[in-house]
Amino acid sequence: MGIRPAPAISTREICMLAFITRRIIQSILVMLVISLVGFSIQHQMGDPVRDLVGERVTPAEREIIRDRLGLNDPFYIQYFRFVMKACRGDLGLSFFYKKPALEVILRKAPATIELVIVTSIILIFVSIPIGIYSAIYPRSWFSRIAIAGSTIGVAVPVFLTAIALIYLFSVELNWLPSYGRGETVTVWGFWDTGFLTLDGWLHLILPGISLSSIMLPLFIRMIRAEMMEVLETDYIKYAWAKGLDRRRVWFVHAFKNTLLPVITVFGVQLGIMFAFTILTETVFQWQGMGFMFLEAVERSDTSLLVAYLVFVGVIFVLVNTVVDIVYGVVNPMVRIAGAK
Amino acid sequence: MSAWERFRQSYLLHSFKRDPIAVISFVVLMALITVALSAPVVAPYNTYDAATIDIMDAEIPPSWMEGGDRRFSLGTDIQGRCLLSTMIYGLRVSFLIGCGAVVVQALIGILVGLFSGYFGGRTDALLMRITDIQFAIPYLIVAIFASAIFKLAFGVGRYEELAVPLLIIIIAVSHWPIYARTVRASVLGEKNKEYVEAARVIGLSHRPIIFRHILPNTMTPVLVISTIQVAEAVMSEAALSFLGLGMPITKPSLGSLIRSGFEYIFSGSWWITFFPGALLVIFVLVILLLGDWLRDVLNPRLYKG
Repeated sequence: MGIRPAPAISTREICMLAFITRRIIQSILVMLVISLVGFSIQHQMGDPVRDLVGERVTPAEREIIRDRLGLNDPFYIQYFRFVMKACRGDLGLSFFYKKPALEVILRKAPATIELVIVTSIILIFVSIPIGIYSAIYPRSWFSRIAIAGSTIGVAVPVFLTAIALIYLFSVELNWLPSYGRGETVTVWGFWDTGFLTLDGWLHLILPGISLSSIMLPLFIRMIRAEMMEVLETDYIKYAWAKGLDRRRVWFVHAFKNTLLPVITVFGVQLGIMFAFTILTETVFQWQGMGFMFLEAVERSDTSLLVAYLVFVGVIFVLVNTVVDIVYGVVNPMVRIAGAK
Repeated sequence: MSAWERFRQSYLLHSFKRDPIAVISFVVLMALITVALSAPVVAPYNTYDAATIDIMDAEIPPSWMEGGDRRFSLGTDIQGRCLLSTMIYGLRVSFLIGCGAVVVQALIGILVGLFSGYFGGRTDALLMRITDIQFAIPYLIVAIFASAIFKLAFGVGRYEELAVPLLIIIIAVSHWPIYARTVRASVLGEKNKEYVEAARVIGLSHRPIIFRHILPNTMTPVLVISTIQVAEAVMSEAALSFLGLGMPITKPSLGSLIRSGFEYIFSGSWWITFFPGALLVIFVLVILLLGDWLRDVLNPRLYKG
C-alpha cells in the first residue's frame, strides 16, 4: 500500500455541500410557493387602486391608474414583479396605515419578540427544576402533582389561562395590569422596549405566564422522561459507584446529557410558540405582530395581511433551514436519511 | 366466533376495564356526546330561536348566587340566552366540527400516505415534499391564515353563514400531514410482506391491493391518531372562534362563547367565560386521556413530530 495523495475535497465535504445545497434549493421552492399563495390572495382580493386613491375616483381614471401600475398585465408577469419587489424588501403599502407594510410589521415585531423572550425565560426556569425534581423523586407528592398538572395543562387553551389570570390578578386582586405594554422606551431608534421600565415589566408578567403555560406541560414531561432515562445509564451508575456527590451526579453528569434533546425540541417549539402569540396578544391587546394581523383581517387590509404571510414564511423557512443544516453538521445520520 | 364474542375476549376490552382513568374518561365523554347530540331535546331552551331570547335577561348570574334566576341554572350570557342551553348547543357545534375535520383530514392524509408509500418514486417525493413544507409551519398558523383568507374572500356575513363547513375544511387542511406521514410509514412496513406479495402474484391490480389488503393493516396508528386529532381539532376550533375567525356569536361554539364572555369579565360576569371554558377543558381532557390509554394499549409505531 503506497501513500495516496489526500484529495483536495473529501467525500464527506462533498456530501455536506450537497446536503446544504439541496436544503437551500428546497427552502427557495417553499418561499416561492408561499409567495404564490400570498400573491394570489392579493391578486384576487386586494385593490391597490383603492389603497392609493380611495373611493372617489371615476372608473376611467381608475383604469388609467390600473394600466400605469401594470395591473392589467398577465398573472405571471405581475407575480414575477411581486417576487422581485419582495426580494428588495418591498411588500406593498398597508391600506390602513398608509405606510410600507414591512415597516408596519417591523414596528410591531419588538413587542412579540420581547414576549417570546420573557416566555422562554419563564419556561427555562420553571420546567427544568420541576422536570429534574420529578425525575429524581418520581414518587413524591410534588412530582405526582406536577405530572397530573401537566396532563391537565395540555387540555387548557392558552386564552383560557390568560383570562383566568386576568380575572384573578387584574379584576379581583387588582395587582397587575391586564392589557397593553405599559410604558415603553425607544432604543436604537426603532425598538420599543418594555424591558427598561418597571411598568413595562409589570405588563409582561401575565402575558408571559399565559404563553409559557401552553409549553410548560410538554417541557416538564420531556425533561423528566429524558432525565429518568439518563439516570438509568451505566455511566451514572459508575458515578454513584465512585461515590461522587449526589448533586454533582444529578446536575453535572446527568443533566448535561438531557440538554441536547431539550434544546432540539425548544427550537421546534419556538415556531409553535410564535403561533400562540397571536392568541395571547389578542387577550392582552398586546401591540405585537399577532394583534396587528387580526386587526388587518378586521380592516380588510389585504396588502398588510399578505406582507405578514410572506414575512412569517421567510422567518419559518430561514429558521428551519438553519436548524436543519446545523443538525446535518452535528449529526451525520440526518444527512444520510435526507439523501435516500 | 361472532365479532361481539371476539371483542368481549379481546385484550383491548380487558385492559380497558382494568384502567379506571380510561373507564371514567369514556363514561364522561359518552355522556357529553349524548347530551350534545340530543341538544334540542335536553337543553332547557332553544338558543337558535330568537323568539325565546329576551335581552332583559342578559348577564343574570347562576341561580345559586345573589340576583340569580330559577329559570337559568347557570345564568345567562350577554344576549340573555340561558347559558346552560347555549353551552349544550355550543358543545354540539364544537363536537361536530371536530369530528368532521378529523374525517376530512383522515381522508386526505390516508389517501396521500397510501399512494406515497405504495408507489414510491416521484409520486412519493412530490407528496412528501408538500407534507414537509406544511409540517414546517405550525398547524395553528396555517389554520389562522386560512380562516383569515376565507373570511376576507367570502366577506363577514357569508363567512358566518358557511362557518361550519368552512371551519371543517380549514382545520382539516391544516392538520392532514400527520396522517399522511403515519400512513406512509406503515405502508412502507407492510408493502413488502408476504401477503401483499401473494396478492400481487395472483394478479390483483393496484387498487384492491392498496385498499383491501394494505389499508386495513394501517388502521391501528390511524385510530390512535384520530382520538388525539379530535381533541386537537376541537382546540383549534375554539382558538379560531376565540380570535373571531370561527363560529359567529349567533350560533356559538364553546370558543366563541368564551370570546363573548371575555369582554364582560371586567364587569365581574365570570360565569359566561368560566362554564364554557370548564366544559371545553373537560371535553378535551377526556379525549386526550382516552387517546393516551389507546396509545399505550395498541402501542403502534407512531410518527413523532
